[in-house]
Amino acid sequence: MIEIKNLHANVAGKEILKGIDLSVHAGEVHAIMGPNGSGKSTLAQVLAGHPAYEVTEGEVIFDGKNLFDLDPEERAQEGLFLAFQYPVEIPGVSNSYFLKAGLNEIRKHRGLEPLDAMQFLKLLKEKMKLVEMDSSFINRPVNEGFSGGEKKRNEILQMAVLEPKLAILDETDSGLDIDALKIVADGVTKLKRPDNAAIVVTHYQRLLNYIVPDFVHVLVNGRIVKSGTKELALELEASGYDSVKDAAAVA
Amino acid sequence: MDSMEVLVNKEYKYGFVTDVATDTVPAGLNEDIIRLISQKKGEPEFMLNWRLKAFRHWLTMEEPHWPNFTYPKIDYQSISYYSAPKKNPKANSIEEVDKEILETYEKLGISLNEQKRLSGVAVDAVFDSVSVATTFQETLAKQGIIFCSMSEAIQKHPDLVQKYLGSVVPPTDNFFAALNSAVFTDGSFCFIPKGVRCPMELSTYFRINAAETGQFERTLIVAEEGAYVSYLEGCTAPIRDTNQLHAAVVELVALDDAQIKYSTVQNWYAGNKQGLGGIYNFVTKRGKCAGKNSKISWTQVETGSAITWKYPSVILLGDNSIGEFYSVAVVNNHQNADTGTKMTHIGKNTKSTVISKGISAGQGNNTYRGQIKVVPNATNARNYTQCDSMLIGNKCSANTFPYIEVRNTSSSVEHEASTSKIGEDQLFYCKQRGIDTENAISMIVNGFAKEVFKNLPMEFAVEAQKLLGISLEGSVG
Repeated sequence: MIEIKNLHANVAGKEILKGIDLSVHAGEVHAIMGPNGSGKSTLAQVLAGHPAYEVTEGEVIFDGKNLFDLDPEERAQEGLFLAFQYPVEIPGVSNSYFLKAGLNEIRKHRGLEPLDAMQFLKLLKEKMKLVEMDSSFINRPVNEGFSGGEKKRNEILQMAVLEPKLAILDETDSGLDIDALKIVADGVTKLKRPDNAAIVVTHYQRLLNYIVPDFVHVLVNGRIVKSGTKELALELEASGYDSVKDAAAVA
Repeated sequence: MDSMEVLVNKEYKYGFVTDVATDTVPAGLNEDIIRLISQKKGEPEFMLNWRLKAFRHWLTMEEPHWPNFTYPKIDYQSISYYSAPKKNPKANSIEEVDKEILETYEKLGISLNEQKRLSGVAVDAVFDSVSVATTFQETLAKQGIIFCSMSEAIQKHPDLVQKYLGSVVPPTDNFFAALNSAVFTDGSFCFIPKGVRCPMELSTYFRINAAETGQFERTLIVAEEGAYVSYLEGCTAPIRDTNQLHAAVVELVALDDAQIKYSTVQNWYAGNKQGLGGIYNFVTKRGKCAGKNSKISWTQVETGSAITWKYPSVILLGDNSIGEFYSVAVVNNHQNADTGTKMTHIGKNTKSTVISKGISAGQGNNTYRGQIKVVPNATNARNYTQCDSMLIGNKCSANTFPYIEVRNTSSSVEHEASTSKIGEDQLFYCKQRGIDTENAISMIVNGFAKEVFKNLPMEFAVEAQKLLGISLEGSVG
């Protein structure tokens, strides 16, 4: 699905990612954990193509294509989805209009007919049930006036509608109370299929109680210092990031 | 989404020229030219005198230079003040209109063939200095509604013209209004009699075709007691690398309980990316809520012209009258817009609402200029003003000049303003959902302007949204 090789990236001239190697295959869920400032969100943003980040070295092959040859919208159309840590507000543009525009661009890219308003509404309502979202959100402007939890849930809704091959969830758990967390995690779990994959970026272990990862990677200072199965997350919960930091320093 | 897909036309698509033989008067402005225009139009004596008086006053006036932009000096003697297609300037039926001209309007998406049109809109088509066709006149006449060109009104309804022409914008009002009063050639006249609700949208489509000419149209709309009318105005011009002058005057009169809704989509040629050419648009638009409980709404979408100087205003004379101004003004490349409104509260319990959305891109310069005036007797007057500016890129600018003058203590005036920038994060968010830059900008901008668009009649709103997207093409990266 995605093959990241020796990825280095800068923001404002400062190197944040210092050689990341990671392979994610279809049907897998990978968790990326790490302390604040370790580069977790940078990795998510670089993969999605945020213009503020500069890739200085390495390559990423996504579904057989060189990811860095693609514009951000082409990456999305190819099936890469980023659930934002801080979803952006777009005043005056309804949630459904926005999402329909995105979905139809993706469908066009895949040679599918665009959905008309009725077909889209039907799909949207189905997906809203999945993330337990009230239908009033259909016509509300994108993220405007949404609470933190509503914004995150809206991200999961978008993911459910767009059906990406690879979903990257950037700290989707931050700012969520336990009920919202369960709904979000439940949504992600329901969307899991043998032909798609997810990278879940998180600071805390608690999200992983609900989204059970196949692999856990620990990111410290721009490098993956430890990889393992879901037990690694529990280990980190018990001993904290300092233990891996120390291990990384010794290594 | 569907309207977004139409954004394939990268450049100004109305920039073509129609090859049609014209009757054009020599360039220059003097009393003889005015006499010639008046004679060509077969006007009664009162009209010629009115024009000459305006002209003599104009000679004493100075061109105003207070707007927030500069432009090369206009040589009023190098402009031709009358240009009309030679064959059959005013045909008696659509069949008689010059084929070239009919095709021009078809190309602009305005069918003058009544059978082909949506039955809900009547059109007066003004080509350079003259009206070439007016549709649905007979249908409307059955209800006593007069909808015709200004020239026709002067000949057939001189009493109404004499009564109302200049009653809202006097010929001496300002430099460009005086010029217009002296040389205006055509425009539309609408009269909705007492108690009649106009059954269809009335519209005028202005087309400048000839080079080196100015267009000076004059529109007058009168709604008698309890009448209602919704009027639309659209405008385009060919691409030329010289500037052309457009100085129009629009007057609206609403008597007791009457309502006039006036919508404009202004898309005059704006000049090229380097700022060469384009229309100088100096327009005086004013409505008078003459009667109690009357209401006048201006909705404008301004995307064209090299320069726009325009302040659609309302004089709130009648008690409980309402004035509204909804505006979206877009500047891109080297365009300048200085636009806004004046709300003058004179009657008691009068109310006004001003919503202005300015969008600046390229090296465009967008200014909102508005005046809210409440006189001592206008007790309980209310105004709400909201001015929002959106910037796209780093080379454009937005300015707001609100003038507020309140002379009694029972009134309330509110002013809110905001400036935002289409951020990289907003664009990135859209792109991450598969939407490309241009569609993303179009979507964000349309969201920003939504409050104004919702006041436009349906078909017009769709058109306006497309236009907004097209005028901002290539404005980012």
